[in-house]
Amino acid sequence: MSTRVYIARDAAARSVGADRVATALAAAATAAGRDVDIVRTGSRGLLWLEPLVEVETPAGRVAYGPVDAREVAALVTAGLLDGAPHALNVGPIERHPYFAGQERVVFARCGLDQPTDLDACVARGGFRGLRRALEMAPGAVVDAVRDAGLRGRGGAGFPTGIKWRTVLDQQHPRKYIVCNADEGDSGTFSDRMLMEGDPYCLIEGMIIAAHAVGASQGYVYLRSEYPDAHRTLADAIARARAAGYLGADVLGSGLAFDIDIRLGAGAYICGEETSLLDSLEGKRGQVRAKPPLPAIEGAFGCPTVVNNVITLASVPAIAEHGAAWYHDHGTGRSRGTLPLQLAGNIRHGGLVEKAFGVTLRELLYDYGGGSLSGRPIKAVQVGGPLGAWLPEAAFDTPIDYEAFVAAGGMLGHGGIVVVDDTMNMADMARYAFEFCAIESCGKCTPCRIGSTRGVEVVDRLRAGDRREASLELLHDLCHTMRNGSLCALGGLTPDPVESALKHFPEDFALHPATGATGTTG
Amino acid sequence: MTTEPAATGGADHDPDDDTLLDRVFDAVGERPDLLLEIFHAVQHARGYVDAALVPRIADRLNLSRADVHGALSFYPDFARTAAPRHVLKLCRAEACQSVGAVALAEHARTRLACDFHEAAADGRVLLEPVYCLGNCACAPAVMLDDELHGRVDNARLDALLDDLGSDGA
Repeated sequence: MSTRVYIARDAAARSVGADRVATALAAAATAAGRDVDIVRTGSRGLLWLEPLVEVETPAGRVAYGPVDAREVAALVTAGLLDGAPHALNVGPIERHPYFAGQERVVFARCGLDQPTDLDACVARGGFRGLRRALEMAPGAVVDAVRDAGLRGRGGAGFPTGIKWRTVLDQQHPRKYIVCNADEGDSGTFSDRMLMEGDPYCLIEGMIIAAHAVGASQGYVYLRSEYPDAHRTLADAIARARAAGYLGADVLGSGLAFDIDIRLGAGAYICGEETSLLDSLEGKRGQVRAKPPLPAIEGAFGCPTVVNNVITLASVPAIAEHGAAWYHDHGTGRSRGTLPLQLAGNIRHGGLVEKAFGVTLRELLYDYGGGSLSGRPIKAVQVGGPLGAWLPEAAFDTPIDYEAFVAAGGMLGHGGIVVVDDTMNMADMARYAFEFCAIESCGKCTPCRIGSTRGVEVVDRLRAGDRREASLELLHDLCHTMRNGSLCALGGLTPDPVESALKHFPEDFALHPATGATGTTG
Repeated sequence: MTTEPAATGGADHDPDDDTLLDRVFDAVGERPDLLLEIFHAVQHARGYVDAALVPRIADRLNLSRADVHGALSFYPDFARTAAPRHVLKLCRAEACQSVGAVALAEHARTRLACDFHEAAADGRVLLEPVYCLGNCACAPAVMLDDELHGRVDNARLDALLDDLGSDGA
């Protein structure tokens, strides 16, 4: 009898040797006279345990990790194919403390099956939300998304239902659904994991969105840094089309909708929705002035829904289980779940999908297990390179859009980058300006010029050159960038800079008292 | 419609620009909004997008040369001169910095005897910075010819570069 074994083909798992483990396992099984069926899946999200090997046993799937390809033969001899005890045996993933407390809504199927196996996806409830949505009037679908309280997961947190209503209300023969899959923020990988692990969830969300607003064409604007996601998504779209989920008559409903992938070309700014639209049209990815809103004049001048991958992938569950069910998750005005990403200097890095309300401290210590280096966690940056650096004192902040703003940060896309006490925060402030200078689209002056001047001012400050004047200039520059930039890149770059200065003035070689005075204004 | 990302830069060199463009337009489509896909396809076939192609592409798509050049020069992915066979992209972003990416970059520069955006002394590897590869829980991350590698330290980077020696390049 054949033993089924699951090994992730997720890019993160492959980056640490999952392919070699799969090859070694097939060879070791043959040598042991055992017949194995190796299924390559998405990742379960316990990335520190990758490469993870799960073996189907009468008692369920038993996991081993992290597995080194060179240890595979010994593991097979030790009884891996029967789920035998071993130092690397972590038991069933569902009962692992990292996983058991999660609320997997978007990532419910990720890691269970071969990601483009359409039958397996449908058997686990895939496209049930779409079938329910197609029985509803478009306006009713929009209302359900609004009532669920879903907000944009890309960072801005704008209510998705309101955006969709605007597009639905436009009288226009052509409308678009554009999925923003240009996940460029450091510390974020949930879009990638979903596209590689359960691409049909995104496809289903996009079709529901098309039905809801009356769109006929969808685009996934995917960053070129994700070749694995590209392959998997392209394969899934082709299979969904062949099975009648996409095309001239979606599931016989009369809806005409199809999806194409457009590949980015290495520009961070194209994650900003208006530069994304210009890039989608084949132009330089430069930011557009708003208004007009993309919902009114978006891609090719037509009304367009631009949503992040996770936003769209949250929609099938809302359509299937109803707005009230989704709204029951979360806290305050942050409803539903957020797939958080623990990254950087963290012992248990990976993906943790939780309802809003979990605190940063629970994520960092209960799930994350503290720093990878074993040293004290000095600060975390939530929400990518434009997020503020938060010190220990802010770790009790709950994951909630408004609470993060009150704490001087932003939730963004839910990526959490951890640094330990060896990190110099003045280096990070300088890097924030440097990054902005490299990635600025160049359209507005505060961002294009201000970022370069920012690097220079930080250097002068650290060199002790006219410190008081430099400090004043730095804050003045941040004020100008924050208020005068066209988009969030220039507008939010001051956040990591000023938060680093505020919470860690000693890293700027300042007298603490001077630093405190200089940053309270 | 979609193209596979280039695996190794430019293997089969096609001297005939028009033949190349015919092939690309056939595969990708001949519309201005497909310009980035066209660049990707040209780069996949040839390893870079030659300036000589700019007026031809502009002509075929009924765009100005400035439009085509403007887009081509905006995106870091597109090389405009013949690139070395291998590209090593090293992540410089925060998550990778938190576990040693700065030191790893220093090691790469020393080992390859070049700076970012430059070819190694032996001319075979281009060293490029990249700002996030989405592998932030297995940092530091590098991408060598579209293969992603995680938890990379100096020894692993050396091993990856040593392995390039065996491919006959």
